[in-house]
Amino acid sequence: MIPRQPPGKKRGGLGANSCKIRGEETCKRPLLDASRRGRFFYMEEALSLRAERSNDNEKIMSFMKGLKCRECGKTYPKEAIYVCEYCFGSLEVDYDYDAIKKNISREQIEDGPQSIWRYRALLPIDGEPTAGLYTGFTPLVKAATLAKTLGVKELYIKDDTVCHPTFSFKDRVVSVALSRAKELGFDTVACASTGNLANSVAAHAAKNGFQRYIFIPHDLEYAKILASLVYNPNLIAVKGNYDDVNRLCSEIAGKYRWAFVNVNIRPYYAEGSKTFGYEVAEQLGWQTPQHLVCPAASGSLLTKIWKAFKEFYQLGLIKEVKSKLYCAQAEGCSPIAEAIQNKSDAIRPVKPKTIAKSLAIGNPADGYYAKDAVFESGGTAAKAADDEIREAIKLLARTEGIFTETAGGVTLACTIKLIESGVIPKDESVVVAITGNGLKTQGAIRDSVGEPVMIEPSIKSFESILKEKESKMTPAK
Amino acid sequence: MSVQVRIPTPLQKLTNHQEEVLVQADTINGLIEALEKNHPGIKERICDEKGQVRRFVNIFLNDEDIRFLEKEKTTVKDGDVVSIIPAIAGGSFSGTASPSEGLLRRIAGQS
Repeated sequence: MIPRQPPGKKRGGLGANSCKIRGEETCKRPLLDASRRGRFFYMEEALSLRAERSNDNEKIMSFMKGLKCRECGKTYPKEAIYVCEYCFGSLEVDYDYDAIKKNISREQIEDGPQSIWRYRALLPIDGEPTAGLYTGFTPLVKAATLAKTLGVKELYIKDDTVCHPTFSFKDRVVSVALSRAKELGFDTVACASTGNLANSVAAHAAKNGFQRYIFIPHDLEYAKILASLVYNPNLIAVKGNYDDVNRLCSEIAGKYRWAFVNVNIRPYYAEGSKTFGYEVAEQLGWQTPQHLVCPAASGSLLTKIWKAFKEFYQLGLIKEVKSKLYCAQAEGCSPIAEAIQNKSDAIRPVKPKTIAKSLAIGNPADGYYAKDAVFESGGTAAKAADDEIREAIKLLARTEGIFTETAGGVTLACTIKLIESGVIPKDESVVVAITGNGLKTQGAIRDSVGEPVMIEPSIKSFESILKEKESKMTPAK
Repeated sequence: MSVQVRIPTPLQKLTNHQEEVLVQADTINGLIEALEKNHPGIKERICDEKGQVRRFVNIFLNDEDIRFLEKEKTTVKDGDVVSIIPAIAGGSFSGTASPSEGLLRRIAGQS
C-alpha cells in the first residue's frame, strides 16, 4: 500500500492537502508520518477556522435522530438514557445517514479543524462542540525502524499518546460526552474510571465549568491519581476493583441527576471513539489498513473503530473495508480475547490481575460487540504477559521514540505475537493502536529500564566511565 | 421441582410486584415457560424471537451464569435459586431482587 494524498479537487487556490488560515494557504497538512511539529500552529488554526465559520453564519445541522436499542431496535428520544427498557440491550445513537451523505465529503473533512471535530457530522451533538476543541487528529506514524525490527513491510503507530489534553484516547470520548452533557443541561459530570478517563473528565470538566465526581479503584497508579487531583475534582477511591466501582456508579447514576459519561451518557460518549478509526482511514489516504490491532478493556474502542470504517464505506468516503481487527488483552484480564480464541458466544467475567490497569475490566460492557466486530472482520485475538508488556513498551520507545503506557505495551506485544505466528502476514499493512502516554504508568517499568551512569563533574571521570562502559553498552539501534 | 426465581425490578410489573416467585420446572427452558404461564408477557422480555435468552439478560443458577452451564437446557432441582438480572445494571433498573454478593461481582457493567 502506497501512502497517497487523498484525491480531491483543487479549489480556489486551496490545495487539497493544505489548510486555510485567515485566508492564506500557509501550512501543509500532516498525513502519513504526521510529524508533531507545529502543534500549536494547528491549535490556532482550529480556532481561526471556528471563528471563520461562525462569522459565515454557517449552520451546523444535527444528524442525530434519537437513540436506538442495539439488540431489539426499539427507538428512544436522545436523552440521558442508556438501557432499553424492553430487552435490556444497550442504546446507541441513531443517525440520519441519508442527510449526512448529502453533507459530507473528503474535501469538507479535510478543510475542518485539526481535531476530532473535523468529523462533526458523524458525532452525536446537536449544536457546536463546546468541550475538547483541541482533542485528537493524532499522528499516524510510519514506524520504519520498528517495522524493520519485526521484519514487516508496512507498520504504522496510531499515536494517541500525544495531541490530547490528558494524553490518552479518552479525550476523544470525553470531548463528545461533555459537549453532549452541556446540551442536555447537566451541571455535574461523573465517571467510573481505570485512570485515563478520570484524568480526562477531571480536566475537561474543569475547563468547561462542571462540578465533577470521579470514581476510581483504590489501587490505581499514583501518576493517574495525581493527574486527576490537579484539576480539583471530587476524587473518590472505591475499595474494590473497576467492576465494583462501575456497579456503584450505576447505582449512583440512578439516584442523582448527574451526567455519568460512561453510564447514562454512554451512548454519546462511546461515539467519540469512532474518531480514532476515521483518522486512521483519512491519514492512510482514505483507505483502511489490512490489519489493525487494538487494545480492549470494555471493548468499546475496537467496536467503534469497526463502526467508523463501515460508516466511511457506507457514506462513500472509502471504497472498501478490507481490515482485519485484532483484540489485544493482558493475560491477567482477557475475557474478550478468551471468548474470541475459544469461538465462544458468551463472555465469562474474570477478576483482573495485570500491570495493564487501564485494561483491567473483568466484566466488559461491550465485550459482545467487540467479539462480533473481530469475527465480522476476520481477525482474532492475542494475549500478553506482564513481562512481554514491559518489553514491548521499551521496544516502542527505543525504535520509534514513543513512550506508551501499559495498554500500548499490551497492544504491541500482541501485535508481535500475531506477526510471529504468521496470523498477520509480513508483507501487509498493519496499524497498531497506541492509546495512552507512558508517563502515566512509570511504575510498571521502573525496575526494567536500568539506571543512569553516575560520574564526577570532570572529563577524567567521564572518560574513565566511557572506557569502562564502551564494551558493555548496547549501541543505539 | 419447586424453584425460587428472583425477578428484577423492571419485570416486577408482570409478577404483581413480587420480587420472588416459585415455579415448578426441570430446566431453565421449562422455568421460562412456567413463568410465562403464570405471568403472561414475561417470556418475550427475557427471550428473543428464537426463544433464546437475550444477550443482555443474565440468568444465574445459584451463583453461576447458565451460559457456562447447559444454557437454556440447564437442569434445575428443588431448592435451587434462579436469578434473572439485566446485564447493564443501574439507572432505574438498579433495584434487582437482592442478588447475593457473589452475583453482584458478576453483573456486567460499563467502562
